[in-house]
Amino acid sequence: MSPPLLGVVEGQGNVSLVASPASADSSCQNNSELKERNYMGLSDCSSVDSSALSSLSEEKNSSLNLKATELRLGLPGSQSPQRDSELSLLSPGKLDEKPLFPLLPSKDGTQSSLQKGAVLGNKRGFSAAMDGFSEMKSAAFTEGNWMFPATGSDSQTAQSAPQGKFSVNSGVNVMLAPRPSLNSGVKSVSVKEHSGAQTGVLKEATTPVKVLQERPHAANDNSHNPSGAAKNNSSAPAAKAQVVGWPPIRSFRKNTLATTSKNNDEVDGKPGPGALFVKVSLDGAPYLRKVDVRMYSAYQELSSALEKMFTCFTIGQCGSHGDPGREMLSESKLRDLLHGSEYVLTYEDKDGDWMLVGDVPWE
Amino acid sequence: MASKRKRDSPEEKEKRVSPFPDEVLERVLGFVKSHKDRSSVSLVCKDWYSAERWSRTHVFIGNCYSVSPEILVGRFPNIRSVTLKGKPRFSDFNLVPSNWGADIQSWLDVFVSAYPHLEELRLKRMTVTDESLDFLAHSFPNFKALSLVSCDGFSTDGLATIAAYCKNLTELDILENGIEDLGGGWLSCFPENFTSLEILNFANLNSEVSFDSLERLVARCKSLKVLKANKNVTLEQLQRLLSRAPQLMELGTGSFSQDFSFLQYEELKKAFNNCRNLHTLSGLWEATSLYLPALYPACANLTFLNLSYAALQSAELAKLLPNCPLLQRLWVLDTVEDKGLEAVGSSCPLLEELRVFPAEPVVGGGGGVTESGLVAVSRGCHKLHYTLYFCRQMTNAAVATVVQNCPDFTHFRLCIMNPCQPDYLTNESMDEAFGSVVKTCTKLQRLAVSGLLTDLTFEYIGRYAKNLETLSVAFAGSSDRGMQCVLEGCPKLRKLEIRDSPFGNAALLSGLERYESMRSLWMSACNVTMNGCRLLAREMPRLNVEVIKEDESDDTQAEKVYVYRSVAGPRRDAPPFVLTL
Repeated sequence: MSPPLLGVVEGQGNVSLVASPASADSSCQNNSELKERNYMGLSDCSSVDSSALSSLSEEKNSSLNLKATELRLGLPGSQSPQRDSELSLLSPGKLDEKPLFPLLPSKDGTQSSLQKGAVLGNKRGFSAAMDGFSEMKSAAFTEGNWMFPATGSDSQTAQSAPQGKFSVNSGVNVMLAPRPSLNSGVKSVSVKEHSGAQTGVLKEATTPVKVLQERPHAANDNSHNPSGAAKNNSSAPAAKAQVVGWPPIRSFRKNTLATTSKNNDEVDGKPGPGALFVKVSLDGAPYLRKVDVRMYSAYQELSSALEKMFTCFTIGQCGSHGDPGREMLSESKLRDLLHGSEYVLTYEDKDGDWMLVGDVPWE
Repeated sequence: MASKRKRDSPEEKEKRVSPFPDEVLERVLGFVKSHKDRSSVSLVCKDWYSAERWSRTHVFIGNCYSVSPEILVGRFPNIRSVTLKGKPRFSDFNLVPSNWGADIQSWLDVFVSAYPHLEELRLKRMTVTDESLDFLAHSFPNFKALSLVSCDGFSTDGLATIAAYCKNLTELDILENGIEDLGGGWLSCFPENFTSLEILNFANLNSEVSFDSLERLVARCKSLKVLKANKNVTLEQLQRLLSRAPQLMELGTGSFSQDFSFLQYEELKKAFNNCRNLHTLSGLWEATSLYLPALYPACANLTFLNLSYAALQSAELAKLLPNCPLLQRLWVLDTVEDKGLEAVGSSCPLLEELRVFPAEPVVGGGGGVTESGLVAVSRGCHKLHYTLYFCRQMTNAAVATVVQNCPDFTHFRLCIMNPCQPDYLTNESMDEAFGSVVKTCTKLQRLAVSGLLTDLTFEYIGRYAKNLETLSVAFAGSSDRGMQCVLEGCPKLRKLEIRDSPFGNAALLSGLERYESMRSLWMSACNVTMNGCRLLAREMPRLNVEVIKEDESDDTQAEKVYVYRSVAGPRRDAPPFVLTL
């Protein structure tokens, strides 16, 4: 079985999801900044019609790339866009159907344009670079900001598997890649605060030093952080100026690592050699989910995991009982709902046809 | 080098210092292999100089501009093997503009008449064009071994001509080059009757080669000892290659991930089981825990495991390592994290070299390994003497502990990826860390420093690192005094490379007396001015003082300075942006 995506449809319709309210003012493709308003931390680009997804994601990525070059100081009272600088710098930004953060253009691109900037920057001499760096250090950067309302979970290091917990159950963990990959630990529900925007700016800045100075302002706007600055392994602020030839890794190796992560992503979305992530959308749900199909060994497991995952929506529909003791009951009620063929598992194969899940042997 | 001295008659004593005919002396000296020893031999007396130059077959030139091809062939008439290094090392990190030089063609032009029997050419950081490769393939009928590391300027077409026309080729080693990959057809250019290949490394080429050609090549080259394939070779193909070449000693796998049936997996495992001579393993692109166990049977004799392209997790590494009890060299990505390094500490008692590369080689960012990982390794691996460690945090205490546990370090290369980062616990500079390294590790030959460093680090280095030969400095130091301490204090210093540090003319000029005993000095983005360089050039005429000038605006600052000794005089092939002062 190698479905590129799974869609839960009602009847025949293609999946369509309501974009989260925050993106109401602009199309999801144009404003990456608002992506993260979505309370689950999922990019609202995931709400795009799945059948046209791959082409859309290309557009999205390219338009995002433009956006990524803007200096963002954050809207008042909101968080700055999550942009995982590691992710963005590594991947060339052409990940299909990846409902994640806007990706910066390829590392190479960044590097080469940086070189021009950095050469000039270097001319400022060592002291300027020092100032820039120490400014960054002094800026109180907050690393991660996990926006799970249910748990208010603490931010975690980039590489550890994010423990996203929904109010209903923790079976959801499966979808969170257990594999920190070459593409950094950015998972579909990970939400990290970076002034990642600044990295993008460097591409256009003629002097990296100038940018460095601007960064602390942005940092200070990142006031909202429940977890108190996860100490990722890096004690320095998240998105730093990329200096030419630093860290000292041969370009060959850098390019290879970037390519490897890109290839992983092309294999259906999720980085990490062991995980094969697939997008799942439930008709009517406000956001999609991603599922690692390698975690399961049979269709039954997959479908029960999906049920669990989407229970929270149908609970809402049934009307909340508000009483934890009765949760069990409501869960089983839901299951009947789901089983009672109101929802059916389908997937879109490589020809673009919608197929019923279960016909092809699991392998 | 014991030679019996016979008592000569007084007349004979006048004629010759050495009691042996030259032929005998040459034969004896032929056993001297090391370059340093040969240099020493040649300095003893004229006879020995003469015998040595006639008997030398392999020459190593660490800086291709330190000597000219004419001088080389003039002194050594019988060379069969040449190793040449070209650009300054920082060119690997894009600090040297392209078209800087170090082109092999000018050497080949001279070799074709002086060394028509040339057999081996090993190049590092040189520019090699397809035309040069073509020339090489057609002009040297005995040519056997070509090794290109971190070179640029050629494409797979050049490799095709080598494959097609070097009938006696035993080695083709293409490593980490800036190559233009036009496709994998070059491999199919080996003639069907070609069987002499012993070493084939194309791991870093991106295009897929014809597996059919590869399989047949491997099958007919019975002496093949080293095969490093690129990542387009699948697991299934690997299994077939292994079954044809169980005698392999070094293997670079292709992609180590595929949808395998149980049967196929078993066959792979069996193939590995038959490879009893493997001592080096690399590749393992996209390796997953699913298939790694297939390797285990082949790991019993492994001494070098290169996982630097396989993003393994700590658990996977921890399961793999106990199968490699004889491991001496290990290269990993920092995806294994500290936990993985703890496994290294506990499973690899014979480990001598550890390199940890960053999966995300960017400034900032998270993840990877910390100081605890290195400490854990040092606790278990007492023979550790070489490390290259990329991390995002470090403490002075941790480094002190590491060198306490492993005082025999010869190569200590620590890269804290965020420039100027202090000890993250105490917020102090990292001076004491490197202080402890140089104080404890008296055999230290190579040091790379990073983190927040003041002149104190360099005072320590100058005072204690008496065997230091190579020093790499970036974003460190507070004043000229730092560099002065090193130049005054390290008698064996040969290579000094500095970037983005506040050393200026005073520092540069303090080394006036030193540079002729060093191979080279590189300073970029420091505070050196053109006038300082001109002064140095004037005072030391046997040094080449070159400034790389890339943009026009500032005429007083010397952005990138490269100083090296040379008997060949100033470069005749310098591009316009290289100013020789």
